[in-house]
Amino acid sequence: MEQRTLDQNEYVQRTLKNKQEFSLKKFFLQWEWLLILVFLLVIVINTSLSPYFLNAAGLRDATMVFLDKGFIVFPMVMIMILRDIDISVGSTVALSSVIMATLYNTLNVPMGAAIVICLLVGALCGLINGLLIVKFKELSAVIVTLATMILYRGIAYVILEDQASGNFPEWFSFFGWGSVAGIPFILIAFTILAIVFTLLLHKTTFGRQVYAMGNNDTASRFSGVRVDRIKVIVFTLAGLMAAITAIFLASRMGSTRPNVAMMYELDVIAMVALGGISTAGGKGRMIGAIIAVFIIGYLQYGLGLINIPSQTMLIIIGLLLLVSVAVPKMKWNWKFKKSGSKRKLE
Amino acid sequence: MAETAVESSNELQQEKKASKLAAISKFRELGLLAFIILLCIVVQIKNPSFMTLGNLTDMITNTAILSILALGMMLVLITRGIDLSIGATLALSGMLVAQTVSVYSGLHPLLAILMGIGIGTVCGVTIGFLVSKIGILPIIATLAMMNIFRGMTYTISDGQWISSYQMSESFVSIATSSILGINTLVFIAIIIYIIAFYFINHTRTGRQIYAVGSNPESAKVSGINQTKILVIVYSIMGGLAGLSGVLWVSKFASAQGDTASGFELTVIAACILGGVSIAGGSGKISGVILGAVLLGIMNNALPLMNVSPFWQSAIQGAIILFAVIVNALVKRGVDRNNLLRRKI
Amino acid sequence: MPVKYTNTIKGAKEMKKILSKWAVVGLAVGLLAACGNEDAAPGGEEAAAGGGTDGKPTYAMVFKNTGNPYGEKMMDGFEEAIKEAGGEVILRAPDQPTAEGQIQIVEQLITQQVDSILITGNDIDALQPVLEKAMDAGIKVLSADSAVNPESRMVHVNQADPELIGRTQIQAVSEMIDGEGQIAVLSATSQAANQNLWIEWMKKELEKPEYENIELVKVAYGDDLRDKSTSEAEALLLQYPDLKAIVSPTTVGIAAAGKVLTDKGLAGKVILTGLGLPSEMATYIENGVSPAMFLWNPIDVGYGAGMTAVALVEGDITGALGETFEAGRLGEKEIVEDGEGTQVMLGEPFRFDKDNIGEWKEVY
Repeated sequence: MEQRTLDQNEYVQRTLKNKQEFSLKKFFLQWEWLLILVFLLVIVINTSLSPYFLNAAGLRDATMVFLDKGFIVFPMVMIMILRDIDISVGSTVALSSVIMATLYNTLNVPMGAAIVICLLVGALCGLINGLLIVKFKELSAVIVTLATMILYRGIAYVILEDQASGNFPEWFSFFGWGSVAGIPFILIAFTILAIVFTLLLHKTTFGRQVYAMGNNDTASRFSGVRVDRIKVIVFTLAGLMAAITAIFLASRMGSTRPNVAMMYELDVIAMVALGGISTAGGKGRMIGAIIAVFIIGYLQYGLGLINIPSQTMLIIIGLLLLVSVAVPKMKWNWKFKKSGSKRKLE
Repeated sequence: MAETAVESSNELQQEKKASKLAAISKFRELGLLAFIILLCIVVQIKNPSFMTLGNLTDMITNTAILSILALGMMLVLITRGIDLSIGATLALSGMLVAQTVSVYSGLHPLLAILMGIGIGTVCGVTIGFLVSKIGILPIIATLAMMNIFRGMTYTISDGQWISSYQMSESFVSIATSSILGINTLVFIAIIIYIIAFYFINHTRTGRQIYAVGSNPESAKVSGINQTKILVIVYSIMGGLAGLSGVLWVSKFASAQGDTASGFELTVIAACILGGVSIAGGSGKISGVILGAVLLGIMNNALPLMNVSPFWQSAIQGAIILFAVIVNALVKRGVDRNNLLRRKI
Repeated sequence: MPVKYTNTIKGAKEMKKILSKWAVVGLAVGLLAACGNEDAAPGGEEAAAGGGTDGKPTYAMVFKNTGNPYGEKMMDGFEEAIKEAGGEVILRAPDQPTAEGQIQIVEQLITQQVDSILITGNDIDALQPVLEKAMDAGIKVLSADSAVNPESRMVHVNQADPELIGRTQIQAVSEMIDGEGQIAVLSATSQAANQNLWIEWMKKELEKPEYENIELVKVAYGDDLRDKSTSEAEALLLQYPDLKAIVSPTTVGIAAAGKVLTDKGLAGKVILTGLGLPSEMATYIENGVSPAMFLWNPIDVGYGAGMTAVALVEGDITGALGETFEAGRLGEKEIVEDGEGTQVMLGEPFRFDKDNIGEWKEVY
C-alpha cells in the first residue's frame, strides 16, 4: 500500500519534471554546441601551446591510445539515462581479457575462438549484473556492480595469479595498432559502433523506451514497456562493450594481466557526465558523450605534449568537468528561479 | 522507510506504522547480524586464534576509521547523494596536518585533530555548495573534486612523504594511546556515534535530513531549507573525512600523496551492506555499524584463514554479493509477512 | 540573491560571447594550421630529429607513478646527470601506477621527438609494442630500477643484482635470528615484478643447507597500501605465534610492519628486515624493531641511468655486451649480460642500521 502511494507521488513529480524538460529542449541543443566549442578550444589551446600538437600522425596515434575506453561510453550513456550506473566495467575488461589470453596460451584454443569467448564472457558479466538488478529490485545498480566489480577482478586474479599472459599471434596486434587506408582500425570500429549506438538510442523503439524508463520507470511499466528486459539488455551491452575494450587493450599491450583497466569506470563516467548525460536520468544524447570522449582524450594528449605533471592534469580534468557541468546548470537555475518568481508575482 | 513514516502527518496511523516498521527493521538487522555471527563461526573453526582478545582489539581498531567515514557517507546517501571524494579529502587533510606537525612538532594533538576537521569541513562545504547551490549532481561534483583534491595533495607534498621520524611522539600517540582503557581511535568513533545518534534521532535538522532524502519535493513544500541541509550533510562528511585523515596519518605514522586512494568504495560498500539505500531516505546507524564490522571482519579474517592471496578478492566480492542478496531476501520475506498480517 | 543570479547570467552570456569568439578564431587557426601542417610536417620532423630544441638533446624519464619519494629522488639524480651533460630534461609519471598510463605518456614523448626515454616499468611486457615504436622512431630506450623485457629496451640500468638483493636479505635475517625459526615475507602487490624476482632468489638462497632450520611460512601481499599491509602483518603474527622474523622487500610494507611491531611491543622478539626508504624506516631502526635493512641510493640510480642515456644518445654505446662508458661521478661502467638482454650494474644493496640511519634519513 505504502509503496504504491509513494510511487504515485513520484509519478506526479516526474510528470511535472517532464514538462519542464520539454520546454528546455533548446537548452540541450545548446549543450552539444557548447561541447563542440570546448573541443575546438582544446584544439586551439593545444596548438598554441605545443608545436607538436597539430600533426596528423601524432593526432592519429593519440586517438589510438585513448579510444579504448570510448567503447564503454556508449552503453554507459544508456545506463545513466536509466538512472543507473555500472562500476564493474573495468573489472569486466580485466576478466574477459584474462580469460581470452588464458584460453589461447594455456588451453590452446584458436585465437579467433578465444576472441569470441572473450566477447561472450563480457556479455555474460553484464547479463549477470542486469539479472541481479532486475531480480532484486531492492538492490540498486551501485550495490550490485560494486560487488561484481570486486568479484570479477577477483576471478581474474584466481585465473592468472601473479602472471601476465601474452604471446598473441601476429595478426592480433592489428586491433590496437593496425590501420585501414591510413585510418586506425580502432577509430573505424569506434565510428561504426558510435553510429550503431546513436541510431539505437535515438531512432528505435528500444531507444525511446530507454528514455521513457529514465523519465518515469513506473509509468513506462504501466504503459507496456518491458522494463526488466530493457534493463538486462542495456547492462549486457555494457559487458559486451567492456569485452571489446578488452580486445583492443590486450592487442595494444601485447599481453594482459589481472590488474589492467583499473579505475576505467570512473574515467568513463566522467566522459559520459561531461557529455551532458545526467545521472538523474532521462536526459542527454549519445553525440554529447562521443564529443566528450574526444575532448578528454585530446586534452590529456595536448597537456601531455607540454609535459604537464599528472597531478596538475588531475586538477585540470576535475575543473573542466565542474565548469562544463556548472555553466549550463547556473542558467537552468536562473530560468527555474525566474519562472518561479513570475509565478509568485502572478 | 520507518523514517518516511515518521514524517507523515496522520499521527495515529503513524504510530501504528512506526512500531510495525521498527520491528521489521530490527529483524532486518538481525539477519545481517546472524550472517556476521555465521561468518565468525566459520573463521573460528578455520583458525582458533580469530576470537582472541588481541585480534579482536586489532580488528576494532582497524575498523574505527572506516566506521567513522561510513557514518558520514550514510547521511550523504540518505539525501540521495554520494561522495566519491572522501579518500582524496582524507589524504589532503592528512598531508597538510602531517606537514604542519613536521614543522611545529610542539603542536598539541587536539589542535592537529581540529585542524584536520577544519580542512575537511572546508572541502565538504565546497562540495555542498556545488551540489546544493549550483545543482551539480553529487556523483559528478564529487568525482571532479576527487581529482582536484588528489591533485592538490600531490602538488603540496611535492612527491614527498612525511615519515614517522618527522612526527612528534604526541601526534603518533593519538592512535596508540587509550582513554578509559579504550583505544583512542575507537573512543573517538564511539563518541561520534553517540553524537550522531542524538543528532539524527532527536534534533530537527537530523530529522530533516531524512525528510529531504525520502521526498525532496514534499520536504521543500513543508518549508525545509534543502540547501542548508545538503551543505550541512556534505560538511559533516568532509569534517569526518578530515578527522579520519589525521587519525589515519597518526595510526600508520606516515602521510603519502596516494593515501586512502579508492577507500571511498570500501566506505560505500560498508553503508550499503548495512542497509542504507542509494535511493535515499533510509539508513540506520546500527546497520552502518554492522556493515563496517562485516567488512572489518573480512579484512581481518581472510589473511588469517590461509586463503591464497589470489583468492581473497574473489571471495570478498562473493561474500558481499551474497550478504546483500540474503539481506534482500530476508527483507522481502518480512515485507510479505507484514502485508499478510495487515490483510487479516 | 537576485543580484547574484543576474551576475551569473551576465557571466554566462559573456562566457558564451567569449566562447563563440574563440570558436571562430579556433576554426580559422585550426584550418590554417592544418593546411600549413601538410607541407611543414616532413621538414619539421627532420629539423627536430637533427637537433631537438635549441640543438640540445632531450632526455625523458617516465617513472611508475606520481607522488612517490623514491621516484622523486631518482628523478633528481637523472636531472643532475642530464644537466651535467648539457641536455634538456622531461620528467613524467602517470597518476596511477599502471602500464596504460605509461603507454599514453610514451606516445606523447614519441610525438615530441625526444632523443631518449628512460622508463621504470609498471609491467614487464605490456610496454613492449609502444617502446618498440619509440625505438623505430630513432629514440634510445632504456629501463632502470624496474626492468621492461629485453626486446623493448636497449639496455637496463640495474640498481643492484636481484640475485644479490634476494640472497643478502636471507643472509641478514639468518644472522639476526641465529639461523633458526619461522620467517614470513610481506611483499607489495602480487603483480610487482621486482619483488617477485627478489622473493624467488630468497627462496633459492633458503635451499642452501645452512638455512635448513629456517622455514619460510608465508608470502603475504600488502599491495603497497598502509591499511592492507598492516592487516597482513597482524595476521602473520597471529597465525604464526612462533614467527621469528618478517622480511619485507617494499617500503610501504616494511614501514607498516615496523609500526605494528612497535605498537605491539614486539621489538627484539620478532625481527624485521627487508628493503625500505631510510626516511620511512628511521623510527623503527632507531627503536630496535629492525636491526638493519637494505636499499640502494635512488639518486645514484637516477644519475647512473641518466649517464647511460647520455652515452646512448651520443653514440658512445649501443647497449651491446662488453661496451664501456664513463658514468660521471660513478666512474667507468661496463655493459654486462642480463638473461637475454644487457644491463649496467650500479652496485650492491647498502646496509642501514643504527649507526648510519641518522645521516641518511634526511637524504632520501
